[in-house]
Amino acid sequence: MLYRESGQFKSDYAADQAIFPIRQDRIGMAAILFAAFVVVPLIADHYFLSTILIPFLIFALAAIGLNILTGYCGQLSLGTGGFMACGAFAAYKFATAFPELNIVLVFLLSGGVAAAVGVVFGVPSLRIKGFYLAVATLAAQFFLIWLFTKLPWFTNYSSSGVISAPPRSVFGFYVTGIEATAEAKYIFCLTLVAVLALVAKNLVRGRIGRAWMAIRDMDIAAEIIGIRPLRTKLLAFAVSSFYCGVAGALWAFIYTSSVEALAFDINRSFQILFMIIIGGLGSILGSFLGAAFIVLLPIFLNVVPTALGVPLSTATIAHFEYMIFGALIVFFLIVEPHGLARLWQLAKEKLRLWPFPH
Amino acid sequence: MIDILFGPLKEIWEFPAFFAEVVIGGLLSGVMYSLVALGFVLIFKASGVFNFAQGAMVLCAALTFVGFEELGAPIWLALILTLGVMLLMALAIERLVLRPLVNQAPIILFMATIGVTFFIDGLFQTIWGSDVKRLDVGIPKDPIEFAGVQVNSFDIVAALIAGALVGGLAFFFQSTRIGRALRAVADDHQAAQSVGIPLQTIWVIVWAVAGLVALVAGIMWGSKLGVQFSLALIALKALPVLILGGFTSIPGAIVGGLIIGMGEKVAEVYWAPGIGGGIEDWFAYILALVFLMFRPQGLFGEKIIERV
Repeated sequence: MLYRESGQFKSDYAADQAIFPIRQDRIGMAAILFAAFVVVPLIADHYFLSTILIPFLIFALAAIGLNILTGYCGQLSLGTGGFMACGAFAAYKFATAFPELNIVLVFLLSGGVAAAVGVVFGVPSLRIKGFYLAVATLAAQFFLIWLFTKLPWFTNYSSSGVISAPPRSVFGFYVTGIEATAEAKYIFCLTLVAVLALVAKNLVRGRIGRAWMAIRDMDIAAEIIGIRPLRTKLLAFAVSSFYCGVAGALWAFIYTSSVEALAFDINRSFQILFMIIIGGLGSILGSFLGAAFIVLLPIFLNVVPTALGVPLSTATIAHFEYMIFGALIVFFLIVEPHGLARLWQLAKEKLRLWPFPH
Repeated sequence: MIDILFGPLKEIWEFPAFFAEVVIGGLLSGVMYSLVALGFVLIFKASGVFNFAQGAMVLCAALTFVGFEELGAPIWLALILTLGVMLLMALAIERLVLRPLVNQAPIILFMATIGVTFFIDGLFQTIWGSDVKRLDVGIPKDPIEFAGVQVNSFDIVAALIAGALVGGLAFFFQSTRIGRALRAVADDHQAAQSVGIPLQTIWVIVWAVAGLVALVAGIMWGSKLGVQFSLALIALKALPVLILGGFTSIPGAIVGGLIIGMGEKVAEVYWAPGIGGGIEDWFAYILALVFLMFRPQGLFGEKIIERV
């Protein structure tokens, strides 16, 4: 009864093309943003901020990146971890080589480096499609991780192969390094992710996004109606790798503070692929939902047996976690192959009619 | 730079016998990759599912086999019991995963098999434990001299077994009633169904055959490396083999495995020391990638015809 667009009239094109055309959506979005920016930092404790919310935001950003490539442009990629590593190591090199450079700029530049690398590995997508391409992107994954492990230049010749984030501040607040508070890190992450998500949302509903989707649905037909496959696919690779790169940089600098290349191995790529599948392919909201699901699930699986008082050895818990995880993924795919975002859409449809059945 | 790239060529020229040894060693280890890739191809051909769980199936076949052996079963009984387990697994996967997901997009099925991978990895390690287990089925591992070239007799046996397996599968596919049904399904699901071939039975059979291949691969890899979790990861190594040979071709899986095995070994021995070592992680992928630029459907894959 509350969620209904009747009576809301649009009198100009700007209103018609608004990102949230229904007033209730706008109010809801504002409420979520208010809660995220103001309420959460006030009430959440250190643990909640730094082990749940910050990784959630970073994963969501990486998931948006992969969703642009796989969900919108239809190019299945298993190299997300490699591109994240690219961003992380590029950010480290920028931050240590130019200490006076603003940290936001460092992150954006490192995203740019990841984008350039992504374009290089995206070139084969012009010839190779589907699962062949997915396996080809594994080349990026393994090669990049090998590169960052083997070449000491990337870690500034550190003997352990670990990079540690130098302390940097924004508007006088430390956001990286040991002096940074969890609140400052969280707000910084949130701002960056919110802005980038907005950009992504606008990209995918504009001309560029439509070109991506046309390529995804049938690339030959798209080519015939005048979309250039070369430019469109490479642009998708660039934008996607940019997002993954920034996410990797945030991961290294804000979430863990020190990281080695192996943190971005093939399992990371699969994790993010899970997020977009469970969240919903071709949906920005789905990227957030999927990230939340994947971040919360292991915590949930850890807490529940302890709460029920079932004594289990760590090895058994690890194996059980695998089993439940696998079973849940299959279950989700069977129940709703279009992901959580689709469930949300269905719920909205129901809400519009509620309390009437039709 | 030039020295790193071209120095090894000179070395090859000067010591051809050693080069031959490296190549033969590489070819033989490639056979092992082929064994895993074969399972992928079988399932992809028959059901269009890119079965990521093949590696996990290799692991759990090996784990089950060793488990039964440790319980005191003789080798033949352990083999039969393990085959029974693989058949049960095929039934369960078809009933619980594939049937509800019929007609979904290939990527959804691919994701489902990743889910299956996680599930059976967890399940079988819960049942049999996650320690490294030794597996010895009595294959000799002594190096033997063959026309001036040293080869490991284990690799020869592995190659012979792989050959026998491929021969058996070829016979099964070409000359038996079930094999013809399998090929019909691989060609066109709908047409096969309309002439009365039961799709679901065929899928169970294919997954069971893939389980058999996984068992053979598991035993071979297990006696080479010991039965442990990393067996599940060799599936990743089978992927470049697969795209090199083409997803739909059994000879492709064999030839792809040989090329990857040989290329990897040669690169590792001659070029890796110059650029920091450990290149076997990615060399196969880059090799396959470069290859695909020229033949996007792989060596023996069906030509991809696209229509608007």
